[in-house]
Amino acid sequence: MIAECGHYALVLALALALVQGVVPFIGARRNDAALMGVGEGTATGQLVFIGAAFAALSWAYVVSDFSVLNVIQNSHSSKPLIYKLTGVWGNHEGSMLLWVLILAVFGAAVAVFGRNLPPVLKADVLAVQGWIGAAFLIFILFASNPFVRVAPAPFEGQDLNPLLQDPGLAVHPPLLYLGYVGFSIAFAFAVAALIEGRIDAAWARWVRPWTLGAWIFLTLGIAMGSYWAYYELGWGGFWFWDPVENASLMPWLAGTALLHSALVMEKREALKVWTVLLAILTFSFSLLGTFLVRSGVLTSVHAFAVDPLRGSFILVILALFVGGSLTLYAARASSLRQGGLFAPISREGALVLNNLLLTTAAATVFVGTLYPLALEALTGGKISVGAPFFNATFGPLAMALLIAVPFGPLLAWKRGDLFWAAQRLWFAAGAALLGGAGTWLYERGGPALAPLGFALGLFVLVGAFAELVERTRLFRIPLGDSLRRARGLPRAQWGSAFAHAGLGITLMGIVAATSWSAEQIEALKPGGTIAVAGKELTLDSIGPRHAENYVDLAARFTIREGGTVVGHVESAKRTFAARQMTTTEAGLVSFGPSQLYVSLGDVQDDGSIAVRVQWKSWVLLIWGGALFMAFGGVLSLADRRLRVGAPKRARNAIPVPAE
Amino acid sequence: MTRKGRRLVLIAVAGVVLASAVGLILNALNDTIVFFRAPTEIAEKPPQPGTRVRLGGLVKAGSVHRDGKTVTFVVTDGKSGVPVSYAGLLPDLFREGQGVVTEGSIQADGHLAADSVLAKHDETYMPKEVVDALKAQGRWKEGEQ
Repeated sequence: MIAECGHYALVLALALALVQGVVPFIGARRNDAALMGVGEGTATGQLVFIGAAFAALSWAYVVSDFSVLNVIQNSHSSKPLIYKLTGVWGNHEGSMLLWVLILAVFGAAVAVFGRNLPPVLKADVLAVQGWIGAAFLIFILFASNPFVRVAPAPFEGQDLNPLLQDPGLAVHPPLLYLGYVGFSIAFAFAVAALIEGRIDAAWARWVRPWTLGAWIFLTLGIAMGSYWAYYELGWGGFWFWDPVENASLMPWLAGTALLHSALVMEKREALKVWTVLLAILTFSFSLLGTFLVRSGVLTSVHAFAVDPLRGSFILVILALFVGGSLTLYAARASSLRQGGLFAPISREGALVLNNLLLTTAAATVFVGTLYPLALEALTGGKISVGAPFFNATFGPLAMALLIAVPFGPLLAWKRGDLFWAAQRLWFAAGAALLGGAGTWLYERGGPALAPLGFALGLFVLVGAFAELVERTRLFRIPLGDSLRRARGLPRAQWGSAFAHAGLGITLMGIVAATSWSAEQIEALKPGGTIAVAGKELTLDSIGPRHAENYVDLAARFTIREGGTVVGHVESAKRTFAARQMTTTEAGLVSFGPSQLYVSLGDVQDDGSIAVRVQWKSWVLLIWGGALFMAFGGVLSLADRRLRVGAPKRARNAIPVPAE
Repeated sequence: MTRKGRRLVLIAVAGVVLASAVGLILNALNDTIVFFRAPTEIAEKPPQPGTRVRLGGLVKAGSVHRDGKTVTFVVTDGKSGVPVSYAGLLPDLFREGQGVVTEGSIQADGHLAADSVLAKHDETYMPKEVVDALKAQGRWKEGEQ
């Protein structure tokens, strides 16, 4: 009965989405306040009904209702409660339900927090949100219904894929979807602006916090996914250039570009047409990502067993929204008037360069991801485009961008002075060169480019704070005055410094982990030792260990350095009873930002076990940098200027509800 | 600078960035892509030693041998088989009779020295390339996985 209620709630939500797509839109054309107001009610209504459907599915999982097909396929009565809950979105149908739930959350947020939006803009934005919601609800109801029943119900479920029975599943998909779907707001604003044929700085001021919020979630989601793959898949890589990873990287790159171009538009009323296009492209990349992940057209870690109907269905949605919005853009973009002038060397110019490089980088990822599909469709030839391609194309573009990053914030609006900016960066450049030379002496070996890459990361990290040093006149006036100035700086300035610094940190981590890591594989018996990067691991014991729904074959090691014990680590092969499937539970020990990564292979005929020990130099910096970026985003979001968010022209500003 | 001049600079910079990206992509597509081959294709038209290929098929039952750190096995599509050697830990779902995709370079004796071995991550999922290779030999039945 609960499942039927959930199903019915989804149908009601679809009806509301259709109303939301039509009524406020007509209201906006007729300037009818009553019709435009309908959008608010339907948006909150959608959230309520989709929330109810999601709760119903979660309930079916919690009580292990094996008359629901989705629960049979992805759950098991002996599964721990947390994985029963996260298992709700650990499958195709449930994850699509999570997708529309998050869409509904954002739609309702616009309805509730957008009280001081111009009514016509708000009605149009909600209408576009309604179309997106309706499209995906139709997809769920007709091609991926999670509430399908089975009679007779089996006694036991088939369990969730063991790789997914991990806390990572609780966080990674929701964060990623908050990012993907959050960009739908920027998209809706862009389409609404095109429909109205009017756009101004206030528009950018409205779009920026939503985009920033989505960007923070996407950054965290990607980093979380990368860390999860690193420890769970057992081979210790942090990025595979897997099509699905690329699918999340493309909206991230476009979204980052959007954040920066919206800044130009807000401050200087320039780049309007381009910003609108970026908003459309960013969400298009999100939709493309959804298509790539959910259709299974590309071989990937994330592919579920697939029904071809679903792929075609999402492809139609993709074509409708991307094609429709780009057509609208082509027809209406010329009606948006261009704004302020600026010299090529200026803050605006730097942000244009940032946009150029980011979108070009996104384009190379796009080509690399879809080229195999296109080639197979055209010639039938099957190829794989892997890391070498992306290193050769994405790499140089990213390097060019990173070199430019510290300069940008030091250039003035309208007309900047490159030489002056360069003078401010002497310290950062010096620190980078010293640091690069230092690591080269310390690490020895590795590719010749590695110390340079590491130095570039340091340059970005130190250079990120150059603007703050300048603003606070640090070391030139008494420290107390500097601190007072630092407190007075807008939070957005701190935010961008932290986000840029995070970029540098991540780069340092990537360079170090790919260049100075080491690994050893050895077949060991208890008492045997294996050495890597100056650490010696002794296998103390191997033995089984039982838990709720799996059995571990656990190996315990003692780590010694120069004869003294510096730690212990345990690594396991975990066999899940329900699916008889084995996963590698890697053992990780951190030494500062570096990690030892121990994974087990098969037991050999003579009773020894294959052990692979990897030394991952500075690897934690990769995700640490992403945390910095997200923290920068949060700081920026907390800036008063964004929080007030009210357009300047509003004569009597209506107070925004406290957050 | 005039509006026109500014636009020219912008177009020039965009042109340079785009041209270099296109150059990088074309260059990389020449050097870095790897062709997928089914075992029968390799048997019928052996690639030059040193060629990098991606090979997909089923792990032939009884062909897996471990010799210290190195593992050897045969990847088959039911008609022909290609011997593969791999020094590393095999993925968790690597099993005899199951689908596998390996990548590496062809050696002078015709065997593939693999540097990566991918098995599926979900037992109901079979890599598309493997399905196609098996279909080509008529060894694939819909619904049988």
